[in-house]
Amino acid sequence: MTQPVTQPMTEQPSAHERCDILIIGAGPAGLAAALAAAPSGASITIVDDNPQPGGQIWRDGPQVVLPALAQQHRTALSQHANIRLLRSTRVVGLGAPQPGDKAPALLLEDADRGWTQHSHRIILCTGARELLLPFPGWTLPGVTGAGALQALIKAGLDVQGQRIIIAGTGPLLLAAAATATKARATVVRVAEQAPWRALAGFAAQMPRWPAKVAQALTLLHPRLRASSHVLEVQGTTQVQTVRLRKSQHAEETIACDRVACGFGLVPNTHLGQMLGCALGGPLSGGQGLAVNAHMRTSVPGVYAAGENTGFGGSERALVQGAMAGHAAAGHVKQAEALRPQLARWEGFAQVLQASFPLNDALKTLAQPDTLVCRCEDVPYAALTQRKGWIDAKLHTRCGMGACQGRICGAATQHLFGWTPAPPRHLLAPARIGTLAACTPAPALMPSSEPAAPSG
Amino acid sequence: MHIVVNGAPLQVPAGTSVAAALAQQTPGTTRTSVTGEARAPLCGMGVCHECRVRIHGRTRLACQTVCTEGMSIHTDVGTAPGSATS
Repeated sequence: MTQPVTQPMTEQPSAHERCDILIIGAGPAGLAAALAAAPSGASITIVDDNPQPGGQIWRDGPQVVLPALAQQHRTALSQHANIRLLRSTRVVGLGAPQPGDKAPALLLEDADRGWTQHSHRIILCTGARELLLPFPGWTLPGVTGAGALQALIKAGLDVQGQRIIIAGTGPLLLAAAATATKARATVVRVAEQAPWRALAGFAAQMPRWPAKVAQALTLLHPRLRASSHVLEVQGTTQVQTVRLRKSQHAEETIACDRVACGFGLVPNTHLGQMLGCALGGPLSGGQGLAVNAHMRTSVPGVYAAGENTGFGGSERALVQGAMAGHAAAGHVKQAEALRPQLARWEGFAQVLQASFPLNDALKTLAQPDTLVCRCEDVPYAALTQRKGWIDAKLHTRCGMGACQGRICGAATQHLFGWTPAPPRHLLAPARIGTLAACTPAPALMPSSEPAAPSG
Repeated sequence: MHIVVNGAPLQVPAGTSVAAALAQQTPGTTRTSVTGEARAPLCGMGVCHECRVRIHGRTRLACQTVCTEGMSIHTDVGTAPGSATS
């Protein structure tokens, strides 16, 4: 069955588009996937919710000089006529499939319109987000994620002369400190929750990846302290001071203008889960999308690459992206040829993950009145009596707000061991117009035809 | 480049995101929470939705919106009295 040739209201723009390969996310994995698939001649559409391609690690902005590798990928992208990049476009939900679709249909929305995007192959390159854990004062203006501080500085935030404290865990803290220092802020403390022993063990492994040694040396910060974590941010209308755990028995209180906290990464699997993709990526504590040797997920026609399958940095994402691009274009041998490269970067990912386990003390930071769900303003005390994620949603509205549990879902998973339920149809707040344009109109069926089964 | 935040003019470098422009201000807030707290950008990458603002009558994420010449931004998204609905 095909679409009727004549549509009513032909003056309306089509609410359906089609491509061969649909790539969600224009970070390193998405760009590598597109460039690997492009020589096949397939029509490729890349969707990204940011104004510029590059993802988080290659984020562009007025205070950014993009690395050479990022520029090469951008240039290459522009040289393929069969690659279409849709900027500032987000996936808002599942669309109604058309006959002939070999992959799920997705509802997309940009600033002006919404439509259903059909494709034969989908490559999910949705990356990761920061794990943000609640502590007293974390809702005060001036508190951001560690990666968020980087993103805001790259996007034009002037931090010159400001005193900044960066706290949490992992190499991202040092990268954020480097970005802030370069922007002429004073980073007065980098509080790493892992002990020196873990940091030394991590550093000792680095010679296996020489490029990473050079990178690590440029990041070392004189104000770095190990076994240190945030206890509370104080202020009335914005950040004024931060109370930090300094060692097992000591605290310190430091005045500052901004606080950036990141406690590691969470793979962005909401879209994958909505499509039905199984979890279990080995480099993600089981939280990432599971993929086989060709980057296929458990759902036919859907591939995944990059940080949404587990964490390992941009090098691993680039290799996985290229493998997914080749495989989605039907060039399996080219995908397989990259397996040794992938193994090398998965080794790095294993070391990275073994080095920064979260201290259990971080589960005790939130006080009874500390908001855990920032969208619905649900305090910690309202959640301690709940039995799980769904119970909390039903009784407190935790996770029911605009972010759809992206922040509090990961936080409560860490704090209480709850498993956030995957979204079923809608992924993000969408305009009514998008839903109206993309929902199939009730068919004008002759009364003799049986009604379609519902549900 | 000139933008207008809650009626007041502000000059920002070209390419600046709305979130970065607002975070530059004191107290740097974006929306009002359901219990009336002032909030500001948190994740910087389109995940947390704390940076919702009203631009030309539409609620947008400030961190994923680039300032354009003459852009009029209102930080009144929320449920406090007088807020725009989100």
